[in-house]
Amino acid sequence: MSCPDLKGAPIHLENLTITYQRHPAVHHVTGSFEAGSLTAIIGPNGAGKSTLIKALTGNMAASEGRIDRAGMSASRYGYLPQAAEVDRSFPLSVFDTVAMGDWHRLGVFGGMKRQDVARALDALDKVGLGGFEQRRISELSSGQFQRVLFARLLLQDAPVILLDEPFNAIDERTTRDLLTLIRHWHDHGRTVIAVLHDMSQVRQCFPQTLLMAREAIAWGPTEEVLQPHHLKRANMMEESWRQDAHACELHEEQA
Amino acid sequence: MSILTTVYDVTLAPFVDFGFMRRALVACIALGLGSGPVGVLLMLRRMSLVGDAMSHAVLPGAAVGFLVAGLSLPAMGLGGLIVGLAVALLSGLVSRTTAVREDASFASFYLTSLAAGVLIVSLKGSSVDLLHVLFGTILAIDQNALYLIAGISSLTLVLLALIYRPLVMECFDPGFLRAVGGRGHLYHVLFLLLVVLNLVAGFQSLGTLMAVGLMMLPAVAARFWAVSLPGMMFSAMLVAFLAGIVGLNISFHTGVASGPTIVLSASGIYLLSFLFGRLGIVRQRLSRPHLAG
Repeated sequence: MSCPDLKGAPIHLENLTITYQRHPAVHHVTGSFEAGSLTAIIGPNGAGKSTLIKALTGNMAASEGRIDRAGMSASRYGYLPQAAEVDRSFPLSVFDTVAMGDWHRLGVFGGMKRQDVARALDALDKVGLGGFEQRRISELSSGQFQRVLFARLLLQDAPVILLDEPFNAIDERTTRDLLTLIRHWHDHGRTVIAVLHDMSQVRQCFPQTLLMAREAIAWGPTEEVLQPHHLKRANMMEESWRQDAHACELHEEQA
Repeated sequence: MSILTTVYDVTLAPFVDFGFMRRALVACIALGLGSGPVGVLLMLRRMSLVGDAMSHAVLPGAAVGFLVAGLSLPAMGLGGLIVGLAVALLSGLVSRTTAVREDASFASFYLTSLAAGVLIVSLKGSSVDLLHVLFGTILAIDQNALYLIAGISSLTLVLLALIYRPLVMECFDPGFLRAVGGRGHLYHVLFLLLVVLNLVAGFQSLGTLMAVGLMMLPAVAARFWAVSLPGMMFSAMLVAFLAGIVGLNISFHTGVASGPTIVLSASGIYLLSFLFGRLGIVRQRLSRPHLAG
């Protein structure tokens, strides 16, 4: 599987806090995703993993702190949303879905040229769906649909790729194929960040890990992060907000 | 020969002989051109009932227009457009900034609007005027009203063509559109503008209570005929045309009210589509051997 080199960009989080109705989903997180790194974000439900990904895409504003994208616009990031956020019953063809990845080149009005069509078909070939271009997305299995979204990512050709639970409800073969694609992106210097739940996947394929429980419990080489005491601390996080929570002291100190 | 004559007398003669029937037919065709595609997108965005709520929300604006200028479509249309848009935007604002969901906030706003509209019309007009506003008077459409309806349909098709790509992306995967910098809210607001405009076009013909009829019934019927989005839009237009022709003919020959007859014709086509459409229930239940792979 070929993939052109495209230097990934670093992302630095500085005291990042993101809230829902004043309750923090991501709380005072500081650290860096290095350029070209391959990082898994893990943590229990409600740990703020997807919220962090949404903030990185620019879909959620920081309540406090900042995200330094090293001069790159968030709109140039590749983004795979959670399957539940996409309407799979929408009457679209596989080709039209993949072609959305060309938005940064085509915008609202641009027409697809012959080479754009060829690139979209090539992306479909690379995810093993050559010949599926005219099928309706509603006819696809979950695994095939996830391959279509990966083909859209290929077409985005982004230096930074954000994946929100890419292997939910996906069989082993599809997961293996898509993990190969992720490794290729990493091998070719792109920055890849994925929200995951499967610890063995993280251990085998992701050199860096960010363990979250709203705050960053640990962030660094995977083997160091996945220590029992870190995991125990993350699992002790209360899943719901405390209704009687007082104002954050760190916030007060900075104010 | 006599059969052909009878067919002609029943189906075409009313339109050939009477100018008001021709104008009504052109109004139906123009409405179908704009409302069909808009209805399909409303349905796919799971906003079918929001369209109904919006059609009620147009009423107080139309009523103020009626108070100021009588039964004048431009004045009532402008009033309806302003209030309809205000309700759409306020409902969206309430649902985005509070825990109230968009359908609930639409319900609150449209009920308020409906009550306010009926009250305003009753301040000046008679119950006949109220009936005109609520149920429309398609057979009384004049040249100016026709221009307004045709203008709105043309604008709808042009604007839909211009924002088709981001609108589809916003329906299908809003998070992705936002992530690639595609300003989803802008297209959502433009789409709501189109919904309100088409409801304004529809209320002279079908009234505020049924203006949404030629928007949603053809759209839902189209689901049984086409699998692609352009196919659904085209099918919805055809269903709206057909409902217009059938409804006007039935209304002409039986003397029943034209607006409800057109909407009921669309309901009839919906029922036939549900039963006998390409993706309808009968075709699905036909016992055919399954394929090998």
